[in-house]
Amino acid sequence: MKHIVSILMENEPGALSRVVGLFSARGYNIETLTVAPTEDRSLSRMTVVTSGSDEVIEQITKQLNRLIDVVKVVDLTESPFIERELMLIKVRATGKEREEMKRMADIFRGRIIDVTDRTYTIELTGDGQKLDAFIDALDRASILETVRTGSSGIARGERVLKV
Amino acid sequence: MELTGAEIVVRCLQEEGVEHVFGYPGGAVLYIYDAIFNQEKVRHVLVRHEQAAAHAADGYARSTGKVGVCLVTSGPGVTNAVTGIATAYTDSIPMVVLTGQVPTHAIGEDAFQEADTVGITRPCVKHNFLVKDVRDLAVTIKKAFHIASTGRPGPVLVDIPKDVTRAQCRFEYPKTVSMRSYNPVTRGHQGQIKKALGLILTAERPMIYAGGGVVLANASEELNRFAELLDFPVTTTLMGLGGYRSSERKWVGMPGMHGTYEANMAMQHCDVLIGIGARFDDRVIGNPKHFAQNPRRIIHLDIDPSSISKRVRVDVPIVGDVRETLREMIALLEQTLAAGQKTNAAAVANWWKQIDEWRGRNCLKYRSSDEVIKPQSVVQKLWEVTDGDAFVTSDVGQHQMWAAQYYSFDKPRRWINSGGLGTMGVGLPFAMGVLLANPGAKVACITGEGSIQMNIQELSTCRQYNLPVKIVNLNNGYLGMVRQWQQIEYGSRYSQSYVDALPDFVALAQAYGHVGIRVERPKDVEPALREAFGKYKDRLVFLDFITDKTENVWPMVQGGKGLTEMLLGSEDL
Repeated sequence: MKHIVSILMENEPGALSRVVGLFSARGYNIETLTVAPTEDRSLSRMTVVTSGSDEVIEQITKQLNRLIDVVKVVDLTESPFIERELMLIKVRATGKEREEMKRMADIFRGRIIDVTDRTYTIELTGDGQKLDAFIDALDRASILETVRTGSSGIARGERVLKV
Repeated sequence: MELTGAEIVVRCLQEEGVEHVFGYPGGAVLYIYDAIFNQEKVRHVLVRHEQAAAHAADGYARSTGKVGVCLVTSGPGVTNAVTGIATAYTDSIPMVVLTGQVPTHAIGEDAFQEADTVGITRPCVKHNFLVKDVRDLAVTIKKAFHIASTGRPGPVLVDIPKDVTRAQCRFEYPKTVSMRSYNPVTRGHQGQIKKALGLILTAERPMIYAGGGVVLANASEELNRFAELLDFPVTTTLMGLGGYRSSERKWVGMPGMHGTYEANMAMQHCDVLIGIGARFDDRVIGNPKHFAQNPRRIIHLDIDPSSISKRVRVDVPIVGDVRETLREMIALLEQTLAAGQKTNAAAVANWWKQIDEWRGRNCLKYRSSDEVIKPQSVVQKLWEVTDGDAFVTSDVGQHQMWAAQYYSFDKPRRWINSGGLGTMGVGLPFAMGVLLANPGAKVACITGEGSIQMNIQELSTCRQYNLPVKIVNLNNGYLGMVRQWQQIEYGSRYSQSYVDALPDFVALAQAYGHVGIRVERPKDVEPALREAFGKYKDRLVFLDFITDKTENVWPMVQGGKGLTEMLLGSEDL
């Protein structure tokens, strides 16, 4: 099953490689990974989308907690949460496709952020499934390039992950 | 007054009360060696290979509980030490590894003797640091000692570029250190402790299974008291040997791949298993599916949450320092027993009857001989000659298992071996660390002709520092454990397990300035040992015992098999 694990860690050189090294050394999956400093620059917030049995996820959170640089770990999937991913997608936009692309972007509440005679670059946010659905809705041949950030997640309601 | 980084390193070691540093100099650490030269508090022990520096620091730590320290140069100095660091990591040994690095401006330029030390060692240290500013040096070393010695202990590496050792700043050693990201739990959860006691009091077939955590936490006194109060059987793992008095009737031996019949049967058939500072390792419980076939409730005390429910599902986890938790459990237990509540003594008495029946199989018996030296008998004689009170280091292989099986340990920190990583070549450098930490102690290194050659160069170090290790070489001309597996699982095809062209160990020992004795007949075993620990008490003695070539370690649970699927001897093949 898919889990979204949020990690609050010291913003130290090498901290990211400790997390990534742990996943590869112990054979855990990483589907996506995002990381950036928080409002407190001494901390980084990382979101890892992973999958595995309950036992594996339990081990992942325990092993992450063992890392000296890790301050806190939460499995967001344990309670209501919000997941967002950003995708930039460059598509062919010529002839009658041009109008169709604009309509598709509107339906998915994407925004066209760059335009040439022959292309659109569309910005789209949502959970991973929504981005997948957008890609599926397009003709593969019209997709020139995609770039996705991987998911970031946060708990719903008043729950916070803070020092 | 400002000090150089190198002086700061040495001052930090002094502040930590470090008496011995095991190391080997090289370009990147020359300023540090210069600072060592200019003082006398910290004694440097010059090994002959960096791997031995790490092992010796490790042996020092294992025998004392103090943090072991080693110092090596950049590049090959570090890569040579990696095996030693990984050995300490797997067995959770507190150690600080100081490594030289090329100057900060040269990092990343493939400089001479440059290696990505932090990257190479990351998976085999508890934590590591690269110090890029001399002003961070003292606090980083303080953190390293703190992290290494608290929580689940382990090696911590501090990588120090050469220019940092030359730069100057004011020296102040912090008294304490606090890290928001590192706060190991020490006290067990009260509710869980009560729950565990409930299970313990109603247990019909209880079993205490204690591991290396008991030794690391200095909890053997508590463990002995706990078992005493309950009259429950106790098994101690390879890493836990000595954590419980093996002369006690309640001790049923070591469990696992080469554990006793009674320990393995009791592990499998108990109804309440109390795991203490142990990690349900594959060499201990065998196949986890087979282990789970018998229903039992499991209580697990451990400092490391990730050890709990890793291989075996646990019913009552208690995360905390093993000694503190045991103390709380003992106090609560004493109250409960004083209030008139009792253990299920009748059921436990029946359980003991069953265990004694298993014990009756006498699984460690072996055929003695007047013709050829049986390796087991050498270990037994060593026990007699040393009054069971020596520090015994071992290498890895058959001799290690015979040492574990036939030298009964009554005290913790006397049995020093590489249990987790299984590193051949640790025995001699371990013994050096033990002797430097315990001058005058009887120290035997039980080894084989394969393992001893993996760090034989340390005979030179032993000469330089007059370390009177007694090397007990069980020489059967084979990489015995490999040969045993090949016999049992690979149709006796002895692929590369025969060691040809062995050196004359007696002459070799003499060449290094030591005493060498070859022993070929059973009747000469005891006199040779007495001579080594008597007449040659103050010398290193290399005892080369020519033993039975094809003796196997029994009992044996083959890899992937269940704990009770034991081979008790060659008749089971």
